[in-house]
Amino acid sequence: MSEEFQVIIGLEVHCQLNTKSKLFCGCSADFRADAPNTHVCPVCLGLPGALPVLNKKAVEYALKVAKALNCTIPEEGEFCRKNYFYPDLVKAYQITMGDDPLAIGGYIEIEDDAGNPKVVNLTRIHVEEDPGRLVHMGNKERGYYTLVDYNRSGIPLIEMVTEPEMSSPKEARRLLNKLRATLEYLDVFDPEKEGSLRVDANISIKGHERVEIKNITSYKGVEKALTFEITRQKNLIRRGGRIVRETRHFQEGKGTTTSARSKETANDYRYFPEPDLPVIRVADWVKDIELPELPDARRDRFMSQYGIAVNHARTLTGDLKLAEFYEAIAEVGAALAASWTADILMGELNYRDMHVSEVAGHADQFAELITLVRDKKITDKAGVEVLRVWLDALHNEAKSEAPSAIVERLGLARESGESFRGIVEAILEKNPQAIEDHKAGKKGALNFIVGQVMKETKGKSDPREIHAMISEILGE
Amino acid sequence: MADIYNAFLSEAEIAGEGDGILKGVRVAVKDNISTKDIETTCASKILKGYIPPYDAHAVTLLKQAGAVIAGKTNMDEFGMGSTTENSAFGAALNPRDTTRVTGGSSGGSAAAVAGGLVPLALGSDTGGSIRCPAAWCGIVGLKPSYGRVSRFGLIAYANSFEQIGPMANNVTDTAKLFSVIAGHDVRDSTSVNKPYDFAGLKADIAGKTIGIPKEYFGEGVDEAVSETVKNAIAKLEELGAKTVEVSLPSMKYALAAYYVTCTCEASSNLDRFDGVRYGEIAPDTNMPWHDAYTKVRTAGFGDEVRRRIILGTFALSAGYYGKYYVKARHARQQIAKDFAKALTQCDLLAGPTMPNVAPKLGELTKDPLQMYQADILTVPANIAGIPAISVPCGTAHNMPVGLQIMGRMYDEETVLNAALAYEEAC
Repeated sequence: MSEEFQVIIGLEVHCQLNTKSKLFCGCSADFRADAPNTHVCPVCLGLPGALPVLNKKAVEYALKVAKALNCTIPEEGEFCRKNYFYPDLVKAYQITMGDDPLAIGGYIEIEDDAGNPKVVNLTRIHVEEDPGRLVHMGNKERGYYTLVDYNRSGIPLIEMVTEPEMSSPKEARRLLNKLRATLEYLDVFDPEKEGSLRVDANISIKGHERVEIKNITSYKGVEKALTFEITRQKNLIRRGGRIVRETRHFQEGKGTTTSARSKETANDYRYFPEPDLPVIRVADWVKDIELPELPDARRDRFMSQYGIAVNHARTLTGDLKLAEFYEAIAEVGAALAASWTADILMGELNYRDMHVSEVAGHADQFAELITLVRDKKITDKAGVEVLRVWLDALHNEAKSEAPSAIVERLGLARESGESFRGIVEAILEKNPQAIEDHKAGKKGALNFIVGQVMKETKGKSDPREIHAMISEILGE
Repeated sequence: MADIYNAFLSEAEIAGEGDGILKGVRVAVKDNISTKDIETTCASKILKGYIPPYDAHAVTLLKQAGAVIAGKTNMDEFGMGSTTENSAFGAALNPRDTTRVTGGSSGGSAAAVAGGLVPLALGSDTGGSIRCPAAWCGIVGLKPSYGRVSRFGLIAYANSFEQIGPMANNVTDTAKLFSVIAGHDVRDSTSVNKPYDFAGLKADIAGKTIGIPKEYFGEGVDEAVSETVKNAIAKLEELGAKTVEVSLPSMKYALAAYYVTCTCEASSNLDRFDGVRYGEIAPDTNMPWHDAYTKVRTAGFGDEVRRRIILGTFALSAGYYGKYYVKARHARQQIAKDFAKALTQCDLLAGPTMPNVAPKLGELTKDPLQMYQADILTVPANIAGIPAISVPCGTAHNMPVGLQIMGRMYDEETVLNAALAYEEAC
């Protein structure tokens, strides 16, 4: 059934560039910790008579991105006005770019759902200003009202549009991850700032109308919204319904999309060239831009320099901070460090909703932990236990306790199998059935016994040694 | 002095702290130029109560030169008009005959100077708004080259055409005021670094070649006006100038290109007036925002402003942009090229500023098309971006007539020197 539904996804991604000041005025762009309407001036408030002056840094950042994403960069770019009324838009027009964007074409390499390399082409990249922010207040009894905060008004955004070439929500998520990593490597974007990324997604089932989902504000949200929308569209088609071309809003909390009112979508933006800004000639700037090592190059280097597997290399380079963290500890043993970082640490961080940046300052302690495992001072299992205790202390109490101290405090040091002989014998005695099963040739029957011993010894024993000891006791 | 000409919308006495060439001189400022702490309305109800928190760059320069800001002058609402009758606060009256209009849109500034209320005034010129009232009130007004004066703080009507410029009783004062406001401003990305040196002003016309575009004496130009201007040109020849007839064939597209572009830009510029952030007309918070905006804008804008917003919105809308805006852009380039070419053959161009003398109140506003037609001789300089001055050159029908002298881009020097030579010879 499902093969008759071919999914086509295209993304429009907006990222805030992390320049010091806004796109067209000198107001500080670092506004998140401050009171509403404190990072404003006549320009970003759109006061009568105020004029925009281009922040060249923002254009330079966007050009870096364009170059990193293999785009064609025309010699000239032209700003234009996108006219529409909305209370967060001070001038009733957004200064953006129309027919002459900064960059056209380009591509991003991802993996498809089968793990094969896949190229997603880009349509264009341009720079534009962010509008202000509406905060909806009030309640049913006392009435609703809306407050406007213009601190965000004029923050530089980069808009990247892909061709409709992704065929699953997971591909879309991978594209976003790749894009985020690239922007982070270029040091033009801070993904940890709230609302710094916003996505509009176009999605259709081949042969049917296209639907746009507006303003998804998280990476997870994109995958969720697309998954919901595919199910909705498939069900509608199966029931013989017709997909209408429309804009839908994603309800982050519910994980659903709802139709936007047609009034909001019937805009004619009346684009025309911005008369207050001259055409920008970027040809000379582009030449001077030097790119740092990007995620793909770093992945390849990790594989050749550290000899680690492609999946580890990909995970470790998918986040700049993670890549830097790995490189700081790789000397304790590249392969062991890769597996402990990419698999174990990442799992534990995700479980706690933590980011690698929270442990980045304590790489030496993480290296110490891996060294304890490497030198068989503790077992793998005890290592994970130490890691959990260590992370919890960091996360909950901002306290960094040395892994060796944790091992000492909790008595987790690995002990030789001989010291557990009594425990092994006692457990064997209590579980005659398992021994029967084992002798009857039932695979895995001994694992139960080993597990019991591990539990009893709090992970201080080495499962391989215990296994050998059991065999010996059973006279095998 | 009582403001019997309704020249001022608000009066002030704010002395600049500077000690420059305008020390203690009272200067009137058109009400579309932002003045810190002085209400700035563009003669529109929608901006009533708006007090800018900052000075326009030109006003900052006036204060630095020691000038006293004497008040804000009446104008056509947002600069849209050629008579100053489209003011929400009543028409300005022509000091030479108070039954007649001042011209516009900088009519309040012209009346304030011509009526002796102030010696100097700032106006703004989008399609003739300085030169028209200067001609009709019998004073001098200069529209600078595009970019030579910062537009920072000038409340935009049609950004790509307009400039702030000086108005005065004579060429010398005009040049002096121009020297204060000209120069580069980082806050206006279209501004150029071309200051004007007042010390360089001298009566100088001998040996210059003046092109006389035949289109400036064609159909629609009043014969008596034509005659007066031709006499003025004869005077220039007496002073040693050489005149040649030139032709600007694309001028027939000038008005259409101008009105399409300026209404497009205006429709976008004026969309921000929604009552949310400033002005006395506040949106009704019990209504959906869309309806509340409509109510504010319907109450706040006058007929001519609404007409131009609707025209511009139409011309920019999907399916029409290519037919109107893009065509107008091509026409502008062609007109600019024609003027640049003519100005390679000659140093200056001269002709009448206005095709008629100041009409009676109510006469021109009856028919918007007829009013737009009155801009035919001033609009080309805005399209070409070149400097243009209007100098009084006698009368027709007992009313003042202006001689318009246009020059090469950024060559106000030659324009002002020629105007001074003419003025001194009269």
